[in-house]
Amino acid sequence: MNDPKRYIARHVVDLPKSGIRDFFEIVAKMSDVISLGIGEPDFDTPWHIREAAIYALERGKTHYTSNLGLIELRRAISAYVAKHYQLAYRPESDVIVTVGVSEAIDLALRALVDPGDKVLFHEPCYVSYHPSVTLAHGQAIGVTTRAQDGFALNAEDIARAWEPGCKVLMMNLPCNPTGGTCDRERLEKIAKFAVEKDLIVLSDEIYSELVYEGGHVSIATFPGMKERTLFLHGFSKAFAMTGFRIGYACGPAELVEAMMKVHQYSMLCAPILAQEAALEALLRGEDDVLRMREQYQRRRDLIVRRLNEAGLACHLPRGAFYAFPSIAATGLSERDFAYGLLEAEKVAVVPGAAFGPSGRGFVRASFATGYTQLTEACDRIERYVQGLAAKRR
Amino acid sequence: MNPVLKLLAEGGNLSTAQMAQVAGLSQAEIERHLEQLRQDKVFLGWRAVLDLSREASAAVRAVIEVKITPERGGGFNRLADRISRFDEVESCYLMSGGYDLLIFVAGPSLQKVASFVSERLSTIEGVLSTSTHFMLRSYKEGGYLIGAPAEPTGRLKVAP
Repeated sequence: MNDPKRYIARHVVDLPKSGIRDFFEIVAKMSDVISLGIGEPDFDTPWHIREAAIYALERGKTHYTSNLGLIELRRAISAYVAKHYQLAYRPESDVIVTVGVSEAIDLALRALVDPGDKVLFHEPCYVSYHPSVTLAHGQAIGVTTRAQDGFALNAEDIARAWEPGCKVLMMNLPCNPTGGTCDRERLEKIAKFAVEKDLIVLSDEIYSELVYEGGHVSIATFPGMKERTLFLHGFSKAFAMTGFRIGYACGPAELVEAMMKVHQYSMLCAPILAQEAALEALLRGEDDVLRMREQYQRRRDLIVRRLNEAGLACHLPRGAFYAFPSIAATGLSERDFAYGLLEAEKVAVVPGAAFGPSGRGFVRASFATGYTQLTEACDRIERYVQGLAAKRR
Repeated sequence: MNPVLKLLAEGGNLSTAQMAQVAGLSQAEIERHLEQLRQDKVFLGWRAVLDLSREASAAVRAVIEVKITPERGGGFNRLADRISRFDEVESCYLMSGGYDLLIFVAGPSLQKVASFVSERLSTIEGVLSTSTHFMLRSYKEGGYLIGAPAEPTGRLKVAP
């Protein structure tokens, strides 16, 4: 009778644990593992950005900021978004600084979703999407993306999944874990559908600097979209600042105001030192972004080529830093493949089903890892796959 | 840009086999590019980046500012070349500003370096003056930090 679990809210009890979690426990106990399972840059934050945080601390920048974030940072964000995404947001009212994009997603969902409202999201996707919707008492509806499209999102698939009561469309392009992106034509169709069905779009563009071909287009730039889009972005990936936890949302002032209410009563503000570092990143960090992107692109070409040579069919991801090969040819499930690879060759990849049902038959291999480790990991994967093939014969 | 030159310039410390994988070329092609760079005198050679401060036999190193007289026709080049040929000289640069050449020298002892300066360098005709600064401690060498503890960054082994 004295089970503390009885106090836990029903919708939290029912939340599945992240599929990465149990795998992580095993990997954490092993030594000498080459991990391609890490969803963050291997680069340390560029020194001038770290130094700016130290300097801010020296100057006594230890107080709360405005709920919306430092005005200097919001101005810099507004200028950056205008320059790179051709979107104009007023720093005073249309921008809010958050604790990573994760908080921005949470704020947006809590600000927008009434209990039972339906939220469309494409999968495989980042592990928190579905749970975030559940935590906001919404109903998440998955939209399938496929390897043959390079895991791009199709308006037709959204339309098929759509049902009455759908209010929000969540997008993450380029996508973690697939690296999928959408070309202009696809985005245009999605935008038309969103307008037609009066959907509000949460566009998580955290990987948008890391697009290797064709450039990045935000869905918010299409006719009728800016007023129904929350543009979500942050510093973690492009500037290698994951631990600083700084993200932001831009959108119509009324929606940003609603998000600010939730933020004000839960988080109050993002940490000031991290905001100061983020400001430095925007003012002087764009060369760092280009330098790191060039490295990621080369590593991508390397790992995708090697995976295909090893017999694992892998599309060329146009963005982000993940390869998402099919392991169907091995005859194993993604889970058995990942555990087997870990045991036999001490290489960690993440089973694709952790990112949604459409991830079955795939694994995620992050190429945010140095060349020496990456080439060694490729050698080991090749050996493992060849070993499996020999066994089947 | 020559793909091998790009990798070398980044200082990534890759073997030719690794370069081949990164550049998507065969190892033979990498070797060919290297040879071309060597012939073009762009690639001058390999040299290890070392921190010898913990070694008993560590070299004494100094930076020397040298003022010289430029010559009609050749400018600074003939004298710079002549100075550069000494084994003690590791690097030699023509500088703007208050002196002409900046040279990096190394020797087995303070006396050896001092005698190189007083007996060889400063007695060369055309050398007007020298100003020698001995190095006390190195904090960064060829792009590598020295002395800073290599702490693990604490990156998780698996993260979403």
